[in-house]
Amino acid sequence: METKKAIISVKDLVKKYDDFVAVQGLSFEVYEHEIFGLLGPNGAGKTTTLEIIETLRDKTSGEIIVDGFSVDKNPQQIKQIIGVQLQAAGYYPNLNLIELIELFAGLYGANIKPMEMLEKVNLQDKAKAKYKALSGGQKQRFSIATTLINQPKIIFLDEPTTGLDPQARRNLWDLITEIRDAGTTVVITTHYMDEAEQLCDRVAFVERGQIIALDTPDNLIDQLVSSGFERKKEVKKANLEDVFINLTGQEWRE
Amino acid sequence: MQKDIHEKNLNSPSKVGGYSNTKATLALAKASFRSIMRSPSAVVFTLAFPLIFILVFGFLGGGGTRIDVGVTPGSDINNPVMGMLEKTGMIRLVKDKSKAEFDKLLEKGNVDAMIDIHRKINSAAYSVNVVYTSASRDKGGILKSVLNNIFYDKTLKPTVAEIKESTITGREYKTIDFILPGQLGFSLLSTGVFGTAFVFLSLRQTLVIKRFFATPVRRSSIVIGEGIARIGFALIGALFIILIGHFFFGFTLVHGALTVVNMLILATLGVIVFMGFGFIISGIAKSESMVPPISNIITLPQFLLSGTFFSIEAFPGWLQPISRALPLTYLNDAMRKVAFEGLGLWDVKFQIMILLLWGICIYAVAVKVFKWE
Ligand SMILES: Nc1ncnc2c1ncn2[C@@H]1O[C@H](COP(=O)(O)OP(=O)(O)OP(=O)(O)O)[C@@H](O)[C@H]1O
Ligand SMILES: [Mg+2]
Repeated sequence: METKKAIISVKDLVKKYDDFVAVQGLSFEVYEHEIFGLLGPNGAGKTTTLEIIETLRDKTSGEIIVDGFSVDKNPQQIKQIIGVQLQAAGYYPNLNLIELIELFAGLYGANIKPMEMLEKVNLQDKAKAKYKALSGGQKQRFSIATTLINQPKIIFLDEPTTGLDPQARRNLWDLITEIRDAGTTVVITTHYMDEAEQLCDRVAFVERGQIIALDTPDNLIDQLVSSGFERKKEVKKANLEDVFINLTGQEWRE
Repeated sequence: MQKDIHEKNLNSPSKVGGYSNTKATLALAKASFRSIMRSPSAVVFTLAFPLIFILVFGFLGGGGTRIDVGVTPGSDINNPVMGMLEKTGMIRLVKDKSKAEFDKLLEKGNVDAMIDIHRKINSAAYSVNVVYTSASRDKGGILKSVLNNIFYDKTLKPTVAEIKESTITGREYKTIDFILPGQLGFSLLSTGVFGTAFVFLSLRQTLVIKRFFATPVRRSSIVIGEGIARIGFALIGALFIILIGHFFFGFTLVHGALTVVNMLILATLGVIVFMGFGFIISGIAKSESMVPPISNIITLPQFLLSGTFFSIEAFPGWLQPISRALPLTYLNDAMRKVAFEGLGLWDVKFQIMILLLWGICIYAVAVKVFKWE
């Protein structure tokens, strides 16, 4: 990272659901133009943390600043500069993709050509299809397209690659990298460590609502190796995923 | 592709403050309207059902003949003719109204004829004076033959000296003039209640609203946008029903286009009030399968008791206060008065006021029980 200016800063974030403490004093910063990964087991508090930053949930305590705006005082301004893909979200029923993009353009007050948005995620052929009729991977790509409509400074992707086949995943990585290279900061959660290793500039490991490690994937691996860790078995030159990719090709699947 | 994203980012700095709520509201209204037009159930409820009923009743005609005969004030009541008329079971004698009231009713065909019976001077026989109305020719005709039968009845013959008949001209009040406003009212009720309840419940449950909340759109824009779409759809439906009724079944529009406009204004008010029920239901229903039963609790009684099919005056006395408490009763009433009697909106201000009152109560509850998440 050439610049290390924090665009998101989270300080002592706590979230309680009744008695249950889902997030217990998280603090971290996301730098401009990086892909930042939140990793951790199910129920660790990743989605909760993201949705609080996205102004969709109230926090119990703590301080969050997004591009200079506080989530308490300026949620409206924050919404205008972020793009959000929710872990589970639906889209307006009975509308095709073009119409959905038009709707979001109106909601964001953005002037865009719907077809161009679909081209970015390679869904131009599905322009007239309903969201419900898309495959899992196409749905994820469409969701990402909707996050780009307001040309946001930051996009949040909550498990965008869950349920995708290996090459769809790889193609999505390319898309996300392109988005980052175009100047957008990306915050992403995933359960795939290979993905985090390839994609993320820095990752934070969250467990039971607390950050237990935060660094670049390289540094984290080096630390582990220097502590004397060794893989049990010598790895072959290729694995089954390589076989899959090799057999089925690299293109987007429709 | 990469370059593309770059350019976009450069020439559009996030325009804080330049955000337009109107634009967002209209975008939602447009999306919602498209969605409604493609939803088969909305189209069926709003258009097909009312049209089928109109068709059925339009062709059936009267359905269950009952003839309302007004008894002219001052007429002799304790005479055998009256008794015979009542015994036929077909004829309902309407008493206790003033001459002026009767004249109005007769002209509209709300009573089918007037009867006036007097003992002839210096005679034991009665003179029967009947006035028919051109507003209700068929029923007048039936009454005529009933009277003739009675006249030739052996036991009566000596006591009835003569029947004098005449006909006044009134506006012809057809079955469609009664049925159509009722169907229209019910169509507005079902679109307002079912449509609104389903949409908001499903938008909430499928997290569409949550995704909306990640955009700068205001909650009021979401509600207003949905409202505009729903009202627009309901009005198109209403216009369609009115026009089909007018051109195919001879539905009376006293002042033509002006009457249509007045009816549409009433329809707008009605659908806004009824949408309130929908907001309430979307708040209390736990799942989509709970929407129809709860909605039916609200719509069915009004369907049956608000004068959709029968004039509420035909209901037993104990039911009438219930009928008169329901909002649809007043919408139907106002619609009929505007369409057939040619009254203006100011003339139905009482009905409008009751609807507004209902609206205030419904929305007061809706604000309390409506859920966003
Ligand atoms: N609305 C809620 N009410 C009560 N508890 C909740 C709510 N949302 C989340 N939780 C709890 O908070 C904890 C963190 O949930 P969260 O969704 O943030 O986990 P996550 O890290 O995103 O998990 P996953 O990897 O499975 O998506 C979980 O134990 C969950 O049960
Ligand atoms: Mg999650």
